[in-house]
Formats: sequence, structure tokens, C-alpha cells
Amino acid sequence: MKKIITFITIVSLVFAAMAGCGKKDSGTVSTDGSTSMEKVIGALGEAFEENNSGVTFTYNPTGSGSGITAVAEGRCDIGLSSRNLKDEEKAQGLNETVLALDGIAVIVNPDNPVNDLDLETIGKIYMGEITNWKDIGGEDLEIVLIGREAGSGTRDGFESIMGTEDACKYRQELTSTGDVITTVASNPAAIGYASLASVKETVKALLVGGIAPTEETVKDGSYVVQRPFVLVTKSSAKLSETAQKFFDYITSPEANEIISSAGAVPVN
Amino acid sequence: MKNRKRLVENAIHGIFLILGLITVGCVLLITVYLVISGIPAIRKIGILNFFFGKKWASTAAQPQYGIFPFILTSIYGTAGAIVVGVPIGFMTAVYLAKIAPPKEKAVIEAAVSLLAGIPSVVYGLVGMMVLVPGIRIVFHIPDGASLFAAIIVLAIMILPSIIKVSLTALEAVPKEYEDASLALGATPVETYFRVSVPAAKSGIAAAVVLGVGRAIGEAMAIMMVAGNAPNMPKVFQSVRFLTTAVASEMSYAADGSLQKQALFSIALVLFLFIMLINAALNFFLKHSKE
Repeated sequence: MKKIITFITIVSLVFAAMAGCGKKDSGTVSTDGSTSMEKVIGALGEAFEENNSGVTFTYNPTGSGSGITAVAEGRCDIGLSSRNLKDEEKAQGLNETVLALDGIAVIVNPDNPVNDLDLETIGKIYMGEITNWKDIGGEDLEIVLIGREAGSGTRDGFESIMGTEDACKYRQELTSTGDVITTVASNPAAIGYASLASVKETVKALLVGGIAPTEETVKDGSYVVQRPFVLVTKSSAKLSETAQKFFDYITSPEANEIISSAGAVPVN
Repeated sequence: MKNRKRLVENAIHGIFLILGLITVGCVLLITVYLVISGIPAIRKIGILNFFFGKKWASTAAQPQYGIFPFILTSIYGTAGAIVVGVPIGFMTAVYLAKIAPPKEKAVIEAAVSLLAGIPSVVYGLVGMMVLVPGIRIVFHIPDGASLFAAIIVLAIMILPSIIKVSLTALEAVPKEYEDASLALGATPVETYFRVSVPAAKSGIAAAVVLGVGRAIGEAMAIMMVAGNAPNMPKVFQSVRFLTTAVASEMSYAADGSLQKQALFSIALVLFLFIMLINAALNFFLKHSKE
């Protein structure tokens, strides 16, 4: 008997929970675009939903290009792009608002004597044109290229900044930032890349063109391995009330802490 | 009263039948789902290009979906694990079943059970922190993440199933066989290898097939030690298995894209492999009963 009562209670609770999901009484915000922004926009959306009960936030990870198209065609409220808008896209009546900056640190083992490389050299290393550390002032060791799996936002960002799309000769393709850092930390010949916020002391972040990757150098633009996280909106159409509220919230200083903890550098 | 009793019996029978059908239903559901979602990409890419294409570049501007390296890697990796793991496991089983004193046997059996219970991510972690750097240093290669590392990890992972199943088979050999052999003047070691092992051979074969099944289906541990670059397999080359190919790209593949469909196709191939292995296992188990 007891079991039956428990069962009925559970069932009714499940139904009650489902009924709660069905309520959408006060607005939705739909976003669409860059997969790299998943962490940042996801955290912001969660916080927004928490502060405004009843509001539904959606995010469709399709890629920057699709996100821009989606907002131009009115299929979402806010498009997400991890690159600046092109002139022809702006000419279509799209506005860009930089939400945050994503700095990518190039990391090596702490025992590696190399401290500073320029963008071109890093590109050459990843394309397999430079294969030994001794050619760039290091020890006589074959360079081990560590990267992320296909589709990863960090990989996409790194390769697009370096101009080495689809041409990187990875030795290892790992599925998380943590794995990249662990692997680089345990191999003196390894080089890898990781989101700036997740770099730890077990690895050494290289200076790129003499500039150390820090939040300040990313913000002032002197550290070049970075890209913007852009919110794309239509200038002709006004955002819905809820979407405007969301837009204002995430571009306010209030959201900075959430953006930082999601691994990006806030700019507002 | 009697009728009522029968009603209860029938009701319970029905409930058990439904519970049993849940399992069957799950298998059918997975099979149908995999076939439905796996076939389109194979047709789009072309059977030859898919199975025998040597290049996998799913996110390139000109994507290529050849899974031949993954198939070979899975076969080589599994074969390697069997070559390394079976002799160790088999000898351990013979020792435990026939030679080891009871106390020793209890300790070793407990250790084997514990090995079986370690989650695969822990194998992967230890492999990544200890084995991969170890291989790099011992063999003087630039990076230790390789097919070799994966084989070692897999060989250790399949040990428990091989030891346990062979042990059961060896212990089931009737004592009379061994007594007869000993009475004829054979030494104990001769008896174990000439009498006990042949008598248990189908059980031991089942153990090997079970090990193959475990090795070919493992993803997490080898994802952390194999390097995951889609190369053609070489011992000290970074490689990608069928399982890791699915696991590593699934999270980012966009819904409805050819990439995602192709990942389902890989899963379908893997599923077919495992069905084959299961069929082999059933065959051996049936034999061991006869």
C-alpha cells in the first residue's frame, strides 16, 4: 500500500512539473549563431531566466554565419557571431554590438625555453612548416601539436585567427580544454591553445609578438590572438520587450562577472 | 479461491513478460534508430567513399568522410589488446584454477574484481598521466599518445573478463579427467595444459570473444590516450577509433548536418561489429554447454 501511495505521489509530482514547463506567459528571447559563444551566452541566458521568472531563453548553436542569416531573416531575436560583421552584412541593415572578447592563449610546457613567438611563426608551426623547436630558439625536440576536436569553438577561433583553417597537422585532437592543458603540461615538446581564462600555472602562455596574454592586453587589442563575441541585431526592426531587456542586461556591467566566469573578457 | 489464485499467477506472469519485453524493446528501438539515422549519410557519401575513404575531415570547407582509418584502428587496437591481454589473463586463470593456494587465490580474485569495477575514465586518466609520458620517454618519440598506449590500456581493461570467464570454464572441468591423467603418470603441469585446458576450450574462447567485445566498444579511456588524430594506424602514431570518432565530434555537430549523420553511420558500423562479436560469443557458449 505504501508503495502504491509513493508511486502515485511521484507520478502526480512529475505531471505537476510538466505542467510548470508548459507555461510561457511572459515572452521569449531567441538567440542563434556561434558555437563558440555557447558557454557565455548560456550562462547569461540562465542568469536572465533566473532573474525574470516565466521568461524563456533559447540558444541555437548553428555557427556565426547561420546566426547572422537567421537574424537578417527575422528567425531569431539576436544573432551571435564570433567575428566582426562584414561591410556587406552591415549594408543589409545589421548592427553589431561587441559583448565580450575571447582571448586564446598559446601554451607550451614550462620547461620550454621559448617565450615569445609571432603570429606568423605560430601559423607555420601549426601548418607543419616548422617542425623542430631548435629552429625557433628552443631545444632539439620535434614539436608536438596539440589541438581541439573538429567543431570546437576554440579550434575554430584559433585557426581563423592564424589563417590555418583545415590545414593544421595535429598530433593530438583532444576534447576539452583541461585535456589540452594536462597534455601540454606533461610533454616538454608540446604546444597547444586554450581559452585565456582557463590557463593554469602548469603551462606557460607564450607572448605573441612580445605581448603577454592578459585581460588588459586582450581588451586594448594589443594581444592579437583574440576575437570578438558579437551580438547582431536588425536596425530596421525593434526588439521585443523581453529581448530588449535581455540585450540591456547582458551589455550592462552587471553581467561582467558572468561573462568572465564563462571564460571571456567583458568589454562593457 | 482456485480461480483467484490462477488470476494472480497470470497477472504476475504478464508483468514479468512486460518487464522482459522492455529489454527486447530497447534493443529493437536502438537497432531501428541506428539503421534509420545511419543509412542516409552512407548513401550520400557513397559506400566505397565511406568505408574505404582514407581521409576524415568533417568540418573542412571540402568535407571528406572516409572511415577506413577508424575501422583499421579499431581492428588493430582490439587485436593488439587481445595479443597482449589474452596470454596474461589466460595464464592467470590457469594459475588461479589449478595451482594457487586458496589464500593467494582469494587475494588475486579480489584484485581482479576490483580491476573490473574501475571506471574507464580512471583508466584513461592514469593512462594520460603515467602511460603516455612513460611511452614517450621509453621509446624516445615526440609524443606518447598513440595506438600503442591504447592497446596497453585496452589489454588491462579486458583482463578481468578474460580471467573470470576462463576461470569458471577451467573450474568446471570434471576432477575425474585430471585424476585419470595424473594416474597415467602425467605431471600436474602436463595435466593442466593437455587435459584441463582442452576440456575448457570453448569457455576460454568465449572469454576471448567477450574481451574483444569489451575492447572494441570502449571509448572514454582510449579517447584520453590515443591522440584522436584521424591517421591511418601505426603503432606510435596518434589514431582515432570508431568509438572515439563518434564521441569526440558528436557534441559539436550541428543537427541535420551531414557530419552528424555520418557520425550515426559510424555508430551503425560499430553496432554491426558488436553484433558479429555477440553472434560469435553465442556460438561458443552454445558449444561449451554441449
